[in-house]
Amino acid sequence: MIHLRLERRSATPAWLNLLLPLLALAAALILCSGLVALAGADVLDAYAQLFLTPFSTGFDLEQTAIKAAPLVLTGLAVAIAFRARFWNIGGEGQLYAGAVAAAFLGTQLWLPIGLIWPAMILAGALAGAVWALLPAYLRTRFKVDDVVTTLLLNFILLYGISALLDGPWKNPRSAYPTSPPIRADAEFPILPGTEQLHLGVVVALLAVPILWFILNRTTFGFAVKAVGENARAAAYAGISTARTILATAALSGALAGLAGAGEVGGVHYQVMADLSPGYGYTGIVIAMLARLNPLGVLPAAIFYAAMITGAEGMSRATGVPVFLADVIQGVSLLTMLAALLFTQYRLRIAGSHPGMARHA
Amino acid sequence: MHDLLAQLLQVGFFAALIRIATPLIFATLGELLAERSGVLNLGVEGIMLFSAMTGFTATYYSGSLWTGVAAAAATGAIMGLLMGLLTVTLGLSQHVSGLGVTMLCSGFAFFFYRLIFGEPSQPPSIQPFRALPIPGLSDIPFIGPVLFNQFALSYLAFAAVLLAALVLAHTPWGLSLRTVGENPRAADAAGVNVAAIRYQALLLSGALMGIGGAYLSIAQYNAFTFGVISGRGWVAIALVVFGQWQPWRSALGALLFAFIDALQLRLQASGLIHVPYQVFLMLPFVLTIVAMALVSRNARAPAALLIPFRREER
Repeated sequence: MIHLRLERRSATPAWLNLLLPLLALAAALILCSGLVALAGADVLDAYAQLFLTPFSTGFDLEQTAIKAAPLVLTGLAVAIAFRARFWNIGGEGQLYAGAVAAAFLGTQLWLPIGLIWPAMILAGALAGAVWALLPAYLRTRFKVDDVVTTLLLNFILLYGISALLDGPWKNPRSAYPTSPPIRADAEFPILPGTEQLHLGVVVALLAVPILWFILNRTTFGFAVKAVGENARAAAYAGISTARTILATAALSGALAGLAGAGEVGGVHYQVMADLSPGYGYTGIVIAMLARLNPLGVLPAAIFYAAMITGAEGMSRATGVPVFLADVIQGVSLLTMLAALLFTQYRLRIAGSHPGMARHA
Repeated sequence: MHDLLAQLLQVGFFAALIRIATPLIFATLGELLAERSGVLNLGVEGIMLFSAMTGFTATYYSGSLWTGVAAAAATGAIMGLLMGLLTVTLGLSQHVSGLGVTMLCSGFAFFFYRLIFGEPSQPPSIQPFRALPIPGLSDIPFIGPVLFNQFALSYLAFAAVLLAALVLAHTPWGLSLRTVGENPRAADAAGVNVAAIRYQALLLSGALMGIGGAYLSIAQYNAFTFGVISGRGWVAIALVVFGQWQPWRSALGALLFAFIDALQLRLQASGLIHVPYQVFLMLPFVLTIVAMALVSRNARAPAALLIPFRREER
């Protein structure tokens, strides 16, 4: 009799690490093609609209890049947090915290021009860090589950912002609830030779190698991985779990906060309730697809940025609802998660020695 | 202040409290069953949303509210099985699986709603459930209109709590479920099929969450909107912790949450206190976190929660 069985791997081959995300994405697209067909559209046509048009013209390319910037940052935020098993699902809230702080400084007239961009960026990072430290503190001090608190804090912050935009911080010149716009000279500079690529995109690009360095070449990075992989062993090695979790949370929140600062300084120039189309949540999908590796976050973020950019055009051209992009996000997260099984196990066709596989 | 108290102690306030608590009770009970079997079901928010959509759509086309409830329960049950495939059969991370199911379900809800109804200027609506007074009991002063003049689904919610408490505490299946959640190895040794029990728990869990979602779109409101759940699923997860994984305590938590929610609605409507309405919307979430901080220290989650069970690995 032939048995297919899963057998534990001792090591993961390098090619598999690259192949898995591609396999997971392919599986997700194949699964979702049924929905495209259901909507009465040609599958290849719709996917071409979704994934090729975002790269077709210079304008689209820049659109994709400025959407990738916040996704890189929220993806990094989740990657570092999950490495330490701090389940930060609050990237969305931390992004908004950063946006509010950056916008507040951006409207201040007393700030000298030379200082205003760094001040906005720093304030964004700081606000995100503070908003992430709250659930981390609740976890380390009171053992409150971080998944739930980070999620609930998203709602709390968004209601808070909504109240601000309706009342004390309302832009009097706008019918729609928005904050006052930042000073014209606080708007982030645009890279020479481009029309939309702003300082925030540079920040996001720089964050990738920096985070890789922190995670792989510093004692803090070692502590993060040690706490995530085996907290008890880390404690024996003299690494404080609580302190590591708090520091990781601060860094994670700061990255998400930077994304918010970039959106305010480089794209919207003000805060409104729909500043982010769920960048914080998409960051989770990106981090998983990147296998929590900072270098993998960049291509994954570009992929999802393209999909977000392409979804509107696809919907207009083919009639497939834009929400196909949301379904693909969810499905690809699940297929990637399932694909990760192949890093730990391999399929073994056990013919004559079923007992061998069992003890492998 | 006296006016305010007078307004609060009215029948309408307490009746509203029961209405607000109903979907939370369904969702909390669903989450509780899954967690007692050892699986954290973070799919709850998305399952409620998708079921609210399918329940509404089924009612819209069949004209029957109970068909809607059945469709929503079936939707939830199927998504519960998906959760089982991911976390029980494949043994994947429960955190990420649950978030994935929520993302998938939210995407499905929006995608299919847009596909079926397009983008109408007026969202399609249905004739929602009407209150079902229980003859005799509903005539009791105060208690009657508060407890016995509610939607059928509200009675069902409380019946489900009673049933879940009895089944968990006093039936062989309940014992198996609890053992699987505490010590799957021992359950397995005693001849209990761990995977089967977890699948059954997730199926029930999803169905209950589904009914909770449908309650919002076909009883409390008469249409499906994208923000119809708005965090209630996440609150249910917190309520399970708050209720220490006990059905009655968790239901009590849901009532407490509903009390605060009903209070904010009253305060807003009364116009006696000038605070932005968002502060009141935020309040239940803040209090949930505070309550969790107070309770979590002594909380004892099922021992096998979050740990996949692989029979062949010891």
